[in-house]
Amino acid sequence: MVKKTLIPIGPYHPLQEEPELFKLYCEGEIVKDIKWETGYNHRGIEKLSEKKTYDQSFFLVERICGICSTSHPFAFANAVEEIGNIEITNRAKYIRSIIGELERVHSHLLWVGLAGHFLGYNTVFMWAWKYREPVLDLFEMISGNRNSYAMFKVGGVRRDIENNKIPQILKVLDLVKKKTDMLVGAVMDDPVIHARTKGVGILTKQDIIDYAAVGPTARASGVDIDVRRDDPYAAYPLVNWKVITAEKGDVFAKAEVRLLEMYESISIIEQCIEGLKKEKEGDINVKVKEIPEGWGTGHAEAPRGEVFHYVLSDGSNSPARHKIRAPSYTNIATFKKSCIGQTISDATISLAAVDPCYCCTERMAVAYDSKTGDRILNGNELIALSAKKTQNIKNQF
Amino acid sequence: MGFKEFCFKKSLWLFHFAGASCNNCDIEILDCLTPRYDVERFGMVLVGSVRHADVLLVNGSINQRDKSRLLEIYEQAPKPLVVVAIGACGCTGGIFAEGDTFAGPVDKIIPVDAYIPGCPPKPEAILAGIVKLLNK
Repeated sequence: MVKKTLIPIGPYHPLQEEPELFKLYCEGEIVKDIKWETGYNHRGIEKLSEKKTYDQSFFLVERICGICSTSHPFAFANAVEEIGNIEITNRAKYIRSIIGELERVHSHLLWVGLAGHFLGYNTVFMWAWKYREPVLDLFEMISGNRNSYAMFKVGGVRRDIENNKIPQILKVLDLVKKKTDMLVGAVMDDPVIHARTKGVGILTKQDIIDYAAVGPTARASGVDIDVRRDDPYAAYPLVNWKVITAEKGDVFAKAEVRLLEMYESISIIEQCIEGLKKEKEGDINVKVKEIPEGWGTGHAEAPRGEVFHYVLSDGSNSPARHKIRAPSYTNIATFKKSCIGQTISDATISLAAVDPCYCCTERMAVAYDSKTGDRILNGNELIALSAKKTQNIKNQF
Repeated sequence: MGFKEFCFKKSLWLFHFAGASCNNCDIEILDCLTPRYDVERFGMVLVGSVRHADVLLVNGSINQRDKSRLLEIYEQAPKPLVVVAIGACGCTGGIFAEGDTFAGPVDKIIPVDAYIPGCPPKPEAILAGIVKLLNK
């Protein structure tokens, strides 16, 4: 009989920047089962949001995740604007889309780099991250910060992209396009990368549907979904672009989808800039007096997939309930399909292939027993119970 | 030259502990290694285990689950050790300080030698902070 070995990855492991615990149950080289544990990154954002006003909440949802720090405000803005029936100006729409797509470019470059790093191909890592810097410089020029741009607000955007900044943006896009060509060449034509990623971590179309995976993970398996097209928002209906899909569902297909998506993003930004030139400068806000009672939902296509926000308003100046679902939450569950049966060395790249973002994922959950309906207590409640008992005993003496 | 100066005279090895963060500081720390900033030219490397490290970089707010682990990692580290709290969350808890799982900023849990504020601090700021600390 083959002995089963447990290999823990994390919670503080050099492979991951974020705290997360994976347990790989292996027989020999082959991964037989995988479990993961979260909670190292829980910050109680949904509850915090209820304490903040709508304007302050934007800064909070931006800090759910640092890499996709536009997609959460994007979805939140969509949700709040749905409650208030607010129609923003065209210029604000273009600016929102430009920021969203620039973010996709830098996020995909980051992923390509990390994927190269996980494969032991550090040259790709250094290249990709080097050419990500000019995009971050653009963000600094537009918003004043390299990450966490604070561009969004209810009824528009906080800062304008003035026409004199446009040449610089186009210049950087040109550079990024050239460098993307180089990276596509480095990835798509390299026999070593082919050997490491083709046929590894395959997710079939049915797996994607079963696990409700979203974003590039789904598109790489031939599931043609993209919120930007299916439920258009901001300037996406005003420009021409296409959704990139691939059929194979392996790691290579996921890399292919992400790399080709970068070209689409660059093309969207260029078209948005054309649109921006036609609109009047400074016309970026509509006045919002109050948010009426009601509820609204907002989607946005983050670099990792669909971000979903639900906001319930009671007519006051802060959300009464705010529910967030981030793409990694469903994408991480696909590990059950993609990692089992792989060797340990392929498991890491299969884990990395969905571009998991744990800080998006952390949600508080209370479990109920499905048969009896009993509430299964969480850690804090157990501690509270224990403290109560000690108190009771103390009182007796 | 005192013992501490002697220990930090040559290449510093860094260990990165990510608390309950938003990932921004983690990425900026990683960014320091990439060609534009390239801290490796000063002999600084990120190492996989705190047992090999001279500097412990802590970022993110610390929640109840992280707290005991941060303490454990601090105890495992060889001394003398320099602890650097990175970002607004590492320094004070930042926007998450009001959260119900928040277990106190880093300096309430372990002694901190330097604070690098910013949300997130730029890679230049992280480098400047560490250089300032070493010249102290």
